[in-house]
Amino acid sequence: MLKLLCLVPFLPLTGFLILTCSEGRLPRAYVPWIGAGSVGLSAALATSLAFELMTLEPDTRVFRQTLWHWMAAGDFGVDFAFYLDALSLNMLLVVTGIGFLIHVYSAGYMADDPGMARFFAYMNLFVFAMLILVLADNLPLLYLGWEGVGLCSYLLIGFWYEKPENGYAARKAFVVTRVGDTAMALGLFLLFSQLGTLDIQEAMSRAGAQWPAGSTLATAAALLLLGGAVGKSAQLPLQVWLPDAMAGPTPISALIHAATMVTAGVYLIARTHALFTLAPEVQTLVAVIGAITLLISGFSALTQTDIKRVLAYSTISQIGYMFLALGVGAWSAAIFHLTTHAFFKALLFLGAGAVILSLHHEQDIFRMGGLRRSLPLVFWTFLAGLAALVGLPFTSGYYSKHEILLTAYGAGSAGSWLWAAGTAGAVLTGLYSTRLLLIAFFGPERTPAHRHYGSNIAAPLVVLAILSLAGGLAKLPLFPALPETGTDQAGGSPSLLTTAAPFLGVAIGYLVYRTGTASAEALLKLPGSEALRRLWFSGWGMDWLYDRLFVLPFVVLARLNEADAIDQPYRGIVALTRLGHRLLVPTQTGQLRRYAAGMLFGAVLILAVGVWA
Amino acid sequence: MILLWLILVPLIGGLLSLPAGRRRDNAPRWLALAALAGETALLLAVFADTVPESTWLAQIDWAWIPRFGIRIHLALDGLSLLLIALTVFLGFVAVLCSWTEIRERPGFFHFNLLWTLAGVIGVFLALDLFLFFFFWEVMLIPMYLLIGIWGHENRAYAAMKFFIFTQVSGLLMLIAILALVFLHYQTTRTLSFDYFELLEADLYPGAARWIMLGFFVAFTVKLPAVPFHTWLPDAHTQAPTGGSVLLAGVLLKTGAYGLLRFVIPLFPGAAQDFAPFAMTLGAVSILYAAKLAFAQTDLKRLIAYTSVSHMGFVLLGAFAGNAQALQGAVMTMLAHGVSAAALFMVAGALQERLHTRDMDAMGGLWTLTPRIGAITLFFSVAALGMPGLGNFVGEFLVLLGSFRVDTVLTAFAALGLILAPVYALYVMQRAFHGPASRHEVRDFGLREMGVMLCLVTATAWMGLHPQSMLAYTDAMMNGLTRTLAQRGT
Repeated sequence: MLKLLCLVPFLPLTGFLILTCSEGRLPRAYVPWIGAGSVGLSAALATSLAFELMTLEPDTRVFRQTLWHWMAAGDFGVDFAFYLDALSLNMLLVVTGIGFLIHVYSAGYMADDPGMARFFAYMNLFVFAMLILVLADNLPLLYLGWEGVGLCSYLLIGFWYEKPENGYAARKAFVVTRVGDTAMALGLFLLFSQLGTLDIQEAMSRAGAQWPAGSTLATAAALLLLGGAVGKSAQLPLQVWLPDAMAGPTPISALIHAATMVTAGVYLIARTHALFTLAPEVQTLVAVIGAITLLISGFSALTQTDIKRVLAYSTISQIGYMFLALGVGAWSAAIFHLTTHAFFKALLFLGAGAVILSLHHEQDIFRMGGLRRSLPLVFWTFLAGLAALVGLPFTSGYYSKHEILLTAYGAGSAGSWLWAAGTAGAVLTGLYSTRLLLIAFFGPERTPAHRHYGSNIAAPLVVLAILSLAGGLAKLPLFPALPETGTDQAGGSPSLLTTAAPFLGVAIGYLVYRTGTASAEALLKLPGSEALRRLWFSGWGMDWLYDRLFVLPFVVLARLNEADAIDQPYRGIVALTRLGHRLLVPTQTGQLRRYAAGMLFGAVLILAVGVWA
Repeated sequence: MILLWLILVPLIGGLLSLPAGRRRDNAPRWLALAALAGETALLLAVFADTVPESTWLAQIDWAWIPRFGIRIHLALDGLSLLLIALTVFLGFVAVLCSWTEIRERPGFFHFNLLWTLAGVIGVFLALDLFLFFFFWEVMLIPMYLLIGIWGHENRAYAAMKFFIFTQVSGLLMLIAILALVFLHYQTTRTLSFDYFELLEADLYPGAARWIMLGFFVAFTVKLPAVPFHTWLPDAHTQAPTGGSVLLAGVLLKTGAYGLLRFVIPLFPGAAQDFAPFAMTLGAVSILYAAKLAFAQTDLKRLIAYTSVSHMGFVLLGAFAGNAQALQGAVMTMLAHGVSAAALFMVAGALQERLHTRDMDAMGGLWTLTPRIGAITLFFSVAALGMPGLGNFVGEFLVLLGSFRVDTVLTAFAALGLILAPVYALYVMQRAFHGPASRHEVRDFGLREMGVMLCLVTATAWMGLHPQSMLAYTDAMMNGLTRTLAQRGT
């Protein structure tokens, strides 16, 4: 049964190939069946594999499947091989399960789009690449999936290609993550040159044997891999691409930019946790990056007006929590939060999509309002998602976030700072969630909503709402794929404060936005607050900074040297030859006496040289 | 004997297509296809009775000009086999993509095309240095004519530039060959141009360095690498599509082949001393050409610069000199051959339809020509180094190998991985995305899609199962690393 593992990624690949090769000539009615059906089959298969794997003894919950030798040269060699343990199983279930729900939803969302076949083809390719990423037994294969999801992200952000700004957002996403990916590739080279293998398990055990904790090489390798992780997971300093990535269709934002791809960095660090344990400084850096990112993007989320951009900054912020967890060694809590976040953030994006669809592609929350009455199903499911996002007690988000924050509190000297940042972030989360809810779903109706969705949109919302609320109970035991987190979780007042923080945020949000936007506008009258709002709104001006630092110099340099300065010397030779040609042409006059005079003069000259030299 | 036929078949095919072209326009096309089919049959026969592990798969060695020790010495190993297979494959592509484009003097066109192929195959087979030089010239002149006669608006300039660059570098190589032969004669008193004989030549380091440089410059002009690359954008831009396909797909590879076959084995010590400089040139080529590619508005010129950038990886890999880097260089040669040929075919098809190569005059083509769009997307993505496609395997192995030799330089060269999507995706944006700018453009038809699907399959195959090719060059590359290890110290 476990041997069927390879089918899990190859089923969506088959879907992609069918949809691509039919060149859009397939009847429209079949397209979602192939697109969603192939992912549904792999979800079913993944579930049955899960039952089989989890009934094994914890120590034997590992399955390896080698398909063929991929490439080899000298002492280097990697296989096309999959590795299934509790960690990759967890990812497998998230990717196929949530992926399937979003595919079903897309059948409704994209029903009227002329490019539906292309859309499902890209989606299936994405699921395939993501599954390769999580199942890879070696780092080059993981890199294949890693770049593959990046490509699909590019294709789907720019799906509506007629608008140049979508294309720009897509290219930005690809290039910014490529910066991180290049660091990661260098990390692979470093690991291979030092350890002599790129099989993940083997490399991790060799690293543990060869490198003492805190050694320079371990630190460098971990740093380079971290570069890849911050790029893909949109963490500081490479988070700038994610808000713009919202240009893609909303199901994409749910699948790629919330539930699966952007959490690949978290998966990478968890997968190579042995290496990060050997580099404590880098691990602390992971936590610090997470803490800062979750705070700054929380502030940015507070000022956005586009419903999808609010959710995008919220995603960056929640992944910050996962990084925080990884940084303090709460490995399984990070993956737990990854899972619950996949539930509730996918739900929120899909809910936002239903709203956008019903409002004829209106995304500005200040033109929404009153949706509570016109779209009750969306309202209640969205509420469930927000409750989990905020971390209200007994929702799925509560369990995972609580575990992270309490472990952080107990983690060494920096622990209390990290905990404080995370708790402050929880207040912010409550605040921006309440703002979103009150403005979009309460108050007067500003744009008339026409309920514009059928059961294939409603059903995924309901399922995800249930998962968001109750998913905290279904935590997959990840030991021994990931080490057990230390049990020294803080109790007492930190625990109480952690639980109370979201309520504080919700309360502030309620006070400010209870009566519409008047109080918020009053707040903006305070000196300096408008400047601060603009700073937060622009994502702390990092786009501006990168434009000046990298984009502009490169473009200017390219424009200046469009004609290739290196060709100049060669053109110079040509010009010299031509000049010589022009100078000598007048001597060819056709007059015999001139030639005779020339010969005579030449002969005298040569003789003279011969005599005197 | 089979090796001689490999060269003779295209030569004869070329001669026959001259009179054939006078009768019917399509006759030389079919004749060229028949000649290439014959080549394929010969190659299949070679493939059938070889084991990838052995070094020399077939040889012939006949006397030619015994007085000067010049022989007709042809030999085939895994590297030449793969490159000849690539040559024949792209020969088909070149014939098929010229089917409607070339209307003037098709007989003479196919004569030149087939003779170029014969010259290239000869270069890949010759193990006598004089014979090698002979084939080096044979492939040059028909190519010059292809550009000069069937090229675009500025063809005379481009053809002349191509000719002079190659000829000057060829002269350097001739001098280097003669110097090598005479120095060998001084110590052994036998006059020989034979490769295996000269491998044993005992040169003092100073002489080896200069002779090596002669070869090196000749091959890096052909490759091309910065600062000898400036003939390439002009030649590519002006060449007809079939010419560009051969130029990018095959002719550039002769430079890389020369580095691997001659420069490193003949002068391992000098090559190793020179390696840091050559690797730096490679890294500079990668980055500089990528930046220039981004700046271009002419689609063919842009692709030409990306070729320079990718060949930088070959230069880097060849001189890094370990098994990973060398195998990576070979994979890059093969994969780039296919992907660049496909991209030039796209550019040619667009020019045939839109009568412009200027990307500013394109835009929104995806709506009208989804097939061309999808194919361009595929090969742009291949060119930017997407894992699972051939180009990635080459670049990954090159960087993996060179990282062991020079960490800092490799990190520098790896910046090329960031610049590649910058230009590759910009092409997609400018030509295919955005609002539709025209009304009606013909999409790829059956013939073009057939060719393209072959190229797509080849690229995916190289990316997913590169081992089926790497196995053929494994023996040679291991020999090369051993040579470097023994004599380089």
